[in-house]
Amino acid sequence: MDASHKQDLRFSRLLKLPMYLWSIVFVFVALLYVIGLSFLSRGEIMGVTGEVTLGNYARLASPDYVKVLLQSLKLAALTTAICILVGYPFGYLMARLSPVARSVVMLLIIVPFWTNALIRIYGWRILLMSNGPVNTLLMNLGLIHEPLKLLYTDGAVLLGMVYALIPFMILPTFTTVDKLDFSVVEAARDLGASPLHAFFTVTVPLTLPGLMAGCVLVFIPSMGLFFLNDLLGGSKSVLAGGLIQQLINSRDLPMAAALSVLLLAVTGAVIAVYRKVGGTGDMSMF
Amino acid sequence: MKKHSFGSLLFIGLVLLVMYLPIAVVIVYSFNANTARIPIDFTGWTTDWYAKLFEGRSGFGDALLLSVRVALWAVVISCVIGTLGAIGMARRVDGKSSRLDTAMESLMSLPIMIPEIILGLAFMVVFNAMGIRGNDLRLVLAHVTFCIPYVFLNVKSRLVGMDPALFDAARDLGASPARVVRDITLPLCRPAIMSGAFLALAMSLDDFVISFFVYGAGEGTLPIKIYSSVKVGVSPQVNALCTLIMGVVFIAVALSRYLSSMRAARQRRLERQIRAA
Repeated sequence: MDASHKQDLRFSRLLKLPMYLWSIVFVFVALLYVIGLSFLSRGEIMGVTGEVTLGNYARLASPDYVKVLLQSLKLAALTTAICILVGYPFGYLMARLSPVARSVVMLLIIVPFWTNALIRIYGWRILLMSNGPVNTLLMNLGLIHEPLKLLYTDGAVLLGMVYALIPFMILPTFTTVDKLDFSVVEAARDLGASPLHAFFTVTVPLTLPGLMAGCVLVFIPSMGLFFLNDLLGGSKSVLAGGLIQQLINSRDLPMAAALSVLLLAVTGAVIAVYRKVGGTGDMSMF
Repeated sequence: MKKHSFGSLLFIGLVLLVMYLPIAVVIVYSFNANTARIPIDFTGWTTDWYAKLFEGRSGFGDALLLSVRVALWAVVISCVIGTLGAIGMARRVDGKSSRLDTAMESLMSLPIMIPEIILGLAFMVVFNAMGIRGNDLRLVLAHVTFCIPYVFLNVKSRLVGMDPALFDAARDLGASPARVVRDITLPLCRPAIMSGAFLALAMSLDDFVISFFVYGAGEGTLPIKIYSSVKVGVSPQVNALCTLIMGVVFIAVALSRYLSSMRAARQRRLERQIRAA
């Protein structure tokens, strides 16, 4: 028995080995390499010199970088807030629909979710052009006389961000509301709570895990979506993701690495907070 | 019990309307006959853009082939590695995962947690340092890395729900560990492996950010090609392509939901029969 147990363990180790090796080389070493790179300085050969420096991190503290970082955080927070305000009620109401209506709405939500964000954002680009459908409609209605500048504005970037990421708020909310035992809410109502009171003291706390998972799933990617900048914001409003891309383009790899390390730290902090406030850590609801 | 106020239906309808507005615009414009450089006015219906898409010169065919080739390799490799890893990790000492396993699991799922741009940069610099030049190889290595977690998590959640006595019984009857995996674990995990593979396939075909940084010179995968075509203006060919892609996605999603609801119904029927017997 003991021998067979040992044999089992040896065999399971063998099964795990490829995944261990892969993760060590392509995740651990790769990220470590980025961290190492962030302490080097820019040079001619391979884009770096062997000189170790904290200069990149010092530059991160300069006003230009701080401005971009604050802007990115603000946009990420704003995106998350709007996704909560729209996505949470949507997920909630969707879970309360009749089974047939629910599966139709689910299909309608999942299709954009599976369609490349690039394609969906591109649609907004057409819509928001100065002679595009939105401006044409507004002018025909007589609401405006000159085409509004809609594209290449901060508002357009925010819209694109919310649009790209809102399914990540809707789906986890839907899943938790769907699992919620509504007799608890009815009990609160029977005991005299108003519908709103019952909603905020019973439903919201019980569906908080889904809401928090949604926040993490919206907040983290919103800091790195550089193509939104390109397609909707032009070069005017640069965000952290867009800045990393620009640094890579100008071959300043150590600085791009330093910014990535900072982004990684923010991501780690967000996930740590999420775990701390009782997130289950299970964000794989798909 | 369920009553829907007019307001809640209106809210759902409005959100869906906004969600589909850009999609509808792309579809409508893919049939626009306007040939101006930035064709905004709708001047009539045509299907020319679809025809142009299938001409050899457009480059979209090559991009599609590259995307599919990379996705297939990435799916096969990540399925093997992720499935074996999940099976290996399911075997626990005294019902607890070892600390190493827990750490490795977090490490392995990092690629789907952190902003993609960080991974894109990491792969770019590491591949350059390792002297990996071939675009196909670079893309496959990167895609396998972010596909493994999807397969692993799917198979793992399936294994968690399984009775370990099944495997112990087979072992007690004299089957080797390899035989248990081949004859019992793998067949039982097949639905989970399939859905993991499907997810990985979709993620690989859909990936733009990581591929963009990993890819060297050339036309790139389909998302890269779409990005470079729409970055400067509006491309009617891309409208046609996007319409086709959305059509494929719609059919695939509808089909998979239909099949899974069929399977659930069959399961329920089976359970009823077993209970009745």
